Amino acid sequence: MSDFEPRIVGFLCNWCSYAGADLAGVSRFQYPTNIRSIRVMCSTRVSPHLLLEVFKAGADGVMVGGCHIGDCHYITGNYYTEKRIMLTKELLRLAGIEPDRLRLEWISASEGERCANVVADFVKKVRELGPSPIPRDSRLALRLDAATEAAKVFRLRLLSGKEIKLTGEGNAYGEKVDPERFGNILRNAAQEEFQRNLILELTKCSALSVKEMAKETGEATDATLERVVALRSKNLLALSVVEGMTPKYKAIIVGGV
Amino acid sequence: MSDENVRIGVFVCHCGTNIGGFVDVPAVAKYAASLPDVAFASDSLYTCAENGLASIRDAIKDHGLNRVVVASCTPRTHAPLFQAVCEEAGLNKYLFTFVNIREQCSWVHMKEKEKATEKAKDLIRMGVARVRLLQAQEESRIAVEPKALVIGGGISGMTTALSLADHGFPVILVEKDGELGGFVRNLNNLYLDGKDAVETINPVIGRVRANRNITAFLNSRVVKVDGFIGNYDITLSVDGREKKDKVGVIVVATGAMEYVPYSLYGYEQFEHVVSLTEFEILCKNKALPKIHSIAFIQCVGSRGQDKSYCSRICCNVAIKNALNCAENYKNMLGREETGAEVKAPVEMKAWEEISERRRRRRGRRGEEEGGEAPQAAPTEALEITIFNRDVMAYGVDHELNYNKAREEHVRFVRYTPENLPKVNMEGDKLVVDYWHDTLKMQRKMNVDMVVLSTPLISQPDAKDLSKLLKVPLGQDGFFLEAHVKLRPVDFATDGVYVCGTAKAPADITECVDQALAAASRAAIPLARGYVQAEALTAKVNPDICTGCGTCEAVCPYGAIRKTEKGVAEVIVAACKGCGCCGATCPEGAIDQSHYTDVQLLAEAKAALEGVVH
Repeated sequence: MSDFEPRIVGFLCNWCSYAGADLAGVSRFQYPTNIRSIRVMCSTRVSPHLLLEVFKAGADGVMVGGCHIGDCHYITGNYYTEKRIMLTKELLRLAGIEPDRLRLEWISASEGERCANVVADFVKKVRELGPSPIPRDSRLALRLDAATEAAKVFRLRLLSGKEIKLTGEGNAYGEKVDPERFGNILRNAAQEEFQRNLILELTKCSALSVKEMAKETGEATDATLERVVALRSKNLLALSVVEGMTPKYKAIIVGGV
Repeated sequence: MSDENVRIGVFVCHCGTNIGGFVDVPAVAKYAASLPDVAFASDSLYTCAENGLASIRDAIKDHGLNRVVVASCTPRTHAPLFQAVCEEAGLNKYLFTFVNIREQCSWVHMKEKEKATEKAKDLIRMGVARVRLLQAQEESRIAVEPKALVIGGGISGMTTALSLADHGFPVILVEKDGELGGFVRNLNNLYLDGKDAVETINPVIGRVRANRNITAFLNSRVVKVDGFIGNYDITLSVDGREKKDKVGVIVVATGAMEYVPYSLYGYEQFEHVVSLTEFEILCKNKALPKIHSIAFIQCVGSRGQDKSYCSRICCNVAIKNALNCAENYKNMLGREETGAEVKAPVEMKAWEEISERRRRRRGRRGEEEGGEAPQAAPTEALEITIFNRDVMAYGVDHELNYNKAREEHVRFVRYTPENLPKVNMEGDKLVVDYWHDTLKMQRKMNVDMVVLSTPLISQPDAKDLSKLLKVPLGQDGFFLEAHVKLRPVDFATDGVYVCGTAKAPADITECVDQALAAASRAAIPLARGYVQAEALTAKVNPDICTGCGTCEAVCPYGAIRKTEKGVAEVIVAACKGCGCCGATCPEGAIDQSHYTDVQLLAEAKAALEGVVH
């Protein structure tokens, strides 16, 4: 493992962090070669499912760089970035992948040295974490698939998109939601959507009983049954076969997003 | 992707030794040639030099290239140059990708040539993966209605309107009061030149009235605004009647108002305790009662009290008023006080004006009016004290005035926020009870009049207007500019500008500065006649959109609206291409042109190609 060279993908916003990375170059601040950066106009562009897809492709680490809070070229973009990263980390955690493999950094256009230090530090951290388990561990890969699909679910995206408005400005009646309460709602939704999508991923290829599903999801059978009922009512899961007294379910594949 | 035959050209730059010294450029170019769909790859000493550019032009023609990748420095400086070359060779500039192998490779990995070379190869592979998926984009041009709306007929709004009108553009000036002039109409004389406020502003009003390009509406307000830069459909309420028009730009110059120091320092409790504006009205109308001492209390309600900020102008106004009192006190007295035989209507008018102001406010608070023009015993000397936290006489001239005030024996007494002075009535005398911070003792001072320097505060209807125009307010309710230093009169939303005290407390000089700045900024799209939008805008797939409105709420530019069919639509002229809506859309119905999910993911996957642990 000593010769492990982490593969890190960076998403850098054009106006601050990409410019900061340019300044690191102009100032000749040296840092490890492990990062491959992609320029986006704003860090807010990077959605959770995109980040999870990058992990699926085998990245050992992903870094998102944005302008400092309050300095976003697009005024409020990085506030949303912050929320998206929090959600993505939660989904990584649910999938069983170290959330520390994803890092959000605010780097201004004048912080060349900081950029170099941040990258060096992240490379060090990922080196400690070791290679991404995804290419070798099919069970984790499947859980990551579930997390990625959960990140595309309407409910989760809606909640995540409304968080700032509902906790800051309030709803149409001017009622603000307590941020802590909102965080709990979002975490519960993430958990639920992850588990549901995990069931769908598990039953894509072979029909499973509720008990078999529960063994994989780690939830109680009655909780799993609730998920099955919800998925059936959403027409995402169907009864495939009854073996003896045991019904087995299979995901309905409708073609991905 | 269409079924066209993709032919990619890759041009790798040595940048002298800047890249070539730390990366094996020929090896990188050779590797690039081996990538799928790459029809041509070469390296050159300086790709940005004329022969380098010519080689791109020639290769596009000779090899039938329809995608171009340049691997050299940073797109932040050089992308426009290479894009122009592509366009010269007949290739849409959006079919070009920049790969940064200098700032983000050779210069930061100067001691690891082998690894830097591998990284350069990876970066080019990513660029090739991206460019393969790029599509030609058309930048849209949107015509601009050559007409401006200026909201607010004070000194700022009038100045902006005049400047735009002098540029030759028709201007609609909307004033909510029954006359032009704004807050300045209340004032006596102005600091620094000491000129009469009304005399200063009247010629401006005259010029506005006489200018054929300006249509000024009084007793009017903006009730509805639709559209975007160049094309605003506005609805005004003029004397209660609705009036519609179309403008290209909007300038907010709605000004500010005075903070009312309710229950502070005996205001409205003791006569002869007046606010700064009321004092100005008294002076303006030569209606000061005869007094022998006067105290100004600074920072009333501001700087961490009710309002957090410093109102910027009050120190200098207090110094001006102190100097007025010291030098010219007699000329500001009511005629009764100077021994004139008949009670002059002017001074009554001034007190009535103040009473009326207070009555109107109180009417809102459901109280009854009391109090009339106060009388005071005449004496000769006038003692002036300014109770202050710090005197902020910034700049050259204000400092001179401050020194002059000291020479005139104006007393500056400092207080701390922990020990605020108190104003009481002892017998029939006003008393300021204060902690003398230098003497370290509690002191009392008899005064005949107390003037409370209160801050300028935002207009109560600023919030409504901010919603109409989709522009932000800051913490204190003032309009918030796009950038505090670099874009002081722009809003982040194109086509809307701000100036004067609508933005923050400012004096007339500063308001005029800003008004002229706002006019020159607003004139840019008007003079150009069109706005061009970079084709990085968001695109909504109306077949997937459910009209939930989440994108509309997260867009900082108001660039998304719902169509009559109930689905979202991007206003291309207003969209800046941040991609926030796309990453937010719960249905995944929005993608960003030139930075699509597919393109970004292809680039990321190319970075990880061949990952085997």
